[in-house]
Amino acid sequence: MLKVRNLSVSYGETPVFSDLSIQIDSGKITGIIGPNGAGKSTFIKAVLGLIKSQSGTSDYDGKPIKAIQKKIAYVEQRKDIDLTFPISVFDVVLTGSYAQLGLFNMPGKKEKAAAMDSLNQVKMQAFASRQIGNLSGGQLQRVFVARAILQQADIVILDEPFVGIDLQSENAIMAILKQWRNENKTILVVHHDLNKVHNYFDDLIIMNHGIVASGPTEMVYNPENISKAFSADLSSVLFSQKEGQ
Amino acid sequence: MKIAEFISALGKYDFLQSAMLTAIMVGVMSGIIGSFIILRGMSLMGDAISHSILPGVAVAYMLGINLLVGASIFGVLAALLIGFVSTHSKIKVDTSIGVVFSSFYALGFILISMTESSTNLHHILFGNILAVSNSDMMTTSVVLGIVILFVTIGYKELLITSFDETFAKTYGLKTQVIHYSLMLVLTLVTVSALQTVGIILVVAMLITPAATAFFWTNRLSVMLVFSAVFGTIASIVGLYLSYTFNWASGPAIVVVAAILFLFSFIFSPKQGLIRLKK
Repeated sequence: MLKVRNLSVSYGETPVFSDLSIQIDSGKITGIIGPNGAGKSTFIKAVLGLIKSQSGTSDYDGKPIKAIQKKIAYVEQRKDIDLTFPISVFDVVLTGSYAQLGLFNMPGKKEKAAAMDSLNQVKMQAFASRQIGNLSGGQLQRVFVARAILQQADIVILDEPFVGIDLQSENAIMAILKQWRNENKTILVVHHDLNKVHNYFDDLIIMNHGIVASGPTEMVYNPENISKAFSADLSSVLFSQKEGQ
Repeated sequence: MKIAEFISALGKYDFLQSAMLTAIMVGVMSGIIGSFIILRGMSLMGDAISHSILPGVAVAYMLGINLLVGASIFGVLAALLIGFVSTHSKIKVDTSIGVVFSSFYALGFILISMTESSTNLHHILFGNILAVSNSDMMTTSVVLGIVILFVTIGYKELLITSFDETFAKTYGLKTQVIHYSLMLVLTLVTVSALQTVGIILVVAMLITPAATAFFWTNRLSVMLVFSAVFGTIASIVGLYLSYTFNWASGPAIVVVAAILFLFSFIFSPKQGLIRLKK
């Protein structure tokens, strides 16, 4: 279980959120939703220690996050990746072995075989030698999920994995997320649109500069919470459609 | 004709042999380190470090110590200062780079003029490969050794921090240590390249062969090799031009590198202009 206590982050004078506390269960796929600028990415970056927080602690099964960094896989937003870099799909996946190898050790046969296996799991083996700029958005996303597989992490955090990807990629990624759930990993997915929230997530954290609601998806995904976090208009559109079906 | 003359001169004169060896070593090391510099989007930083070592060079002259020591201190100091200013203010990195390196450069000019050695200044600025001494050559070979060792041992760390620094941070890699180590090695390379192309054009040796290599491959390891090869070709041909036509060695070498770049820009299979038009 990932526990975050009293986390506060601000950019200069502007607080993004303060005193945020939340528990995220393992063995579940947890979604974080909220409008643009709600602080979703900031939240996970603060938990990962990528940005400074003014206060707060995060621990996993009683151990501070710093101590288990190698057991965390982070799948960034695709827009943050340098697509012109001279690196192949296979070599990107192979970087997933770096954390375990430690400083200066190079990946060997074992790591390379495992990397190929990870690529197989997301059905991207045919693209192993492609330069990463020559992939579709969905294919690229699968490559980074393959890297996360290779990391064999206990905690997997994905930032907007489903944005603008094809159905085949979405299914492939969803299959992996479910497999991770069965392996009792802690899975956290930042998600920005409200479609298919029910299909994707067991638990949901609804954010808007702090936590609006959290808990099992069927409990918290309701008109009140959505209108609180987004807008009453959006909420009425979403939920009236649903009732009409 | 001219080439035959050059080759026979190469057999006859020690100074020319030293020049050739040094030029090749500088071509290799700047090609390798330059590849990382351009992939990290740090071309401006490369320029900044190379200019910032000037006061170090001056101080080394004054105190009679090894150039490498003086220059390294100021190069690393500049890198630290650039990092410090941009993290402790809302100023963007490129502005911080601009302020720091121009200040160091200015300070360097003043210090050099105090040593009353205007011929030295000209050589420092534009390079004087034909005056390379044996001890210069030794220092250069030591730096080449350091560069090859650094890139071989730290290849994986250099790759991941260049490609995906955020990822490296999440698994706990000390990316700052890698960054400043690279800055230190960059400074050493800069001091070596100073002899062949001079401070002003060092950045060209770092960036142009690497950018040329980038056109020809999708593999980092291959890019490093190609970049070193392009750097070497530029150095050899540039030295020939410098010797034969009595041009300053720096501009001669850099012009050759630029021609290689231009050719690759137009004809390379990966992204050359010709191919894009198809």
